[in-house]
Amino acid sequence: MNKIAVIDYGMGNLHSVAKALEHVGAQLGQQIEVSVTSDPQLIAQSDRVIFPGVGAIRDCMAEINRLNIGSLVREAVLSKPVFAICVGMQALMDRSEENGGVDCLGIIEGQVKFFGEELKDDGQKLKVPHMGWNEVEQLTPHPLWQGIPDRSRFYFVHSYYLPHDSRSAERGVVGVTRYGVDVAAVLAQKNLFATQFHPEKSQEVGLTLLRNFLQWDGQV
Amino acid sequence: MGLAKRIIPCLDCENGRVVKGVQFVDIRDAGDPVEVSKRYCDAGADEITFLDITASHEGRETTVHTVEAIASQVFIPLTVGGGIRTLEDIRTMLNAGADKVAINTAAVTNPDFVRAAAERFGSQCIVVAIDAKRVSTEGEPLRWEIFTHGGRNPTGLDAIDWARKMVELGAGEILLTSMDRDGTKNGFDLELCRAVSRAVPVPIIASGGVGNLQHLVDGVIEGEADAVLAASIFHFQEYTIGEAKAYMAEQGVEVRLV
Repeated sequence: MNKIAVIDYGMGNLHSVAKALEHVGAQLGQQIEVSVTSDPQLIAQSDRVIFPGVGAIRDCMAEINRLNIGSLVREAVLSKPVFAICVGMQALMDRSEENGGVDCLGIIEGQVKFFGEELKDDGQKLKVPHMGWNEVEQLTPHPLWQGIPDRSRFYFVHSYYLPHDSRSAERGVVGVTRYGVDVAAVLAQKNLFATQFHPEKSQEVGLTLLRNFLQWDGQV
Repeated sequence: MGLAKRIIPCLDCENGRVVKGVQFVDIRDAGDPVEVSKRYCDAGADEITFLDITASHEGRETTVHTVEAIASQVFIPLTVGGGIRTLEDIRTMLNAGADKVAINTAAVTNPDFVRAAAERFGSQCIVVAIDAKRVSTEGEPLRWEIFTHGGRNPTGLDAIDWARKMVELGAGEILLTSMDRDGTKNGFDLELCRAVSRAVPVPIIASGGVGNLQHLVDGVIEGEADAVLAASIFHFQEYTIGEAKAYMAEQGVEVRLV
């Protein structure tokens, strides 16, 4: 039995990610048990952890702190495969500019920034939020990329982002997207994998990523 | 390389069935929104919009089950609209598996509802649907007004000002329908689309009037829309989503090819 804990801290729709995991589990012929939970025991007993997040970072961090989710995530990161999604990825960083500046978990060094009101590409004004399907360039090989062509499109929806910069290599940025600026779209450190996009909403390529995660032992 | 323009098929549903007709030769039940959604998803739709036109309370229970069924089988974003009036309605639809909700009449009757919804659930899942009609006469500067109840009730609200206000209150996206063009197959109201797209920072979905593939291209190039929504050209298999994307790509529009 492959036990997956989807960490629930009351922010947004976790149905999609749970359904997507059940779907790919069935495709693999795996017996999987997906729990959407904030119960420390269930999370500790799970084989793999999903750390999702939607909405504003201030509200997310308030709930993460109130429910003491941070220590559960830290513990999981030390011991088993963890997949962080969207605001879940941002929450791993030191700090976010959103909501006037919010301290995050500081599991990974870096600051989350706003795209800005004057975001442009080739002189053309870009809409914010960055919403829709964008290409992800795979910088480094990783077991989770298996079966996913380089520059596949994934579904993004966000107004804040982790910049792809000179610190990217030490942060473990393994996937990059261009939207006026270079966005760190995927981070991977040891048994932790984090995406700014939503794999559960990215059709076949997203499902492949989740399928790979269900089979991943956390080794690179 | 960059963000793709999105193609969004729209399903109008009543009591859990697709209405306005869907004709697929190789589908078991063309009225089943789950089958139709799956079909569109496999064909490369970038999102699905599900508009519920059910009037009765019992019917709305069916809608929730339908949304649940679609969300368990379709792994692209799903927007649900129609009759979204309270925070509880939004919670119900998000819990059922919707990624976004489209708010229409309730935004007009109570604009603060949009603010409350965005604060509670985040702007990323709040789409404001705007139904606009051209009210300027020939020779006058262009002006559009918001209408409710399927275009029957004028509100006196200017469409551009309204779009700005909705975004200030927290709308993360605007679904913009031209009531003049809806159902005509004469193409989008490109001037309306461009005016709204330039007025607000958030993405615009153009809707109303698509009759051929060039209309989709015009919507994104001349109308400056970020996404295009269509129903009948896909339902009746005049064009497949694959054909629409191939055509758009030929015309230089960046699309997601599957």
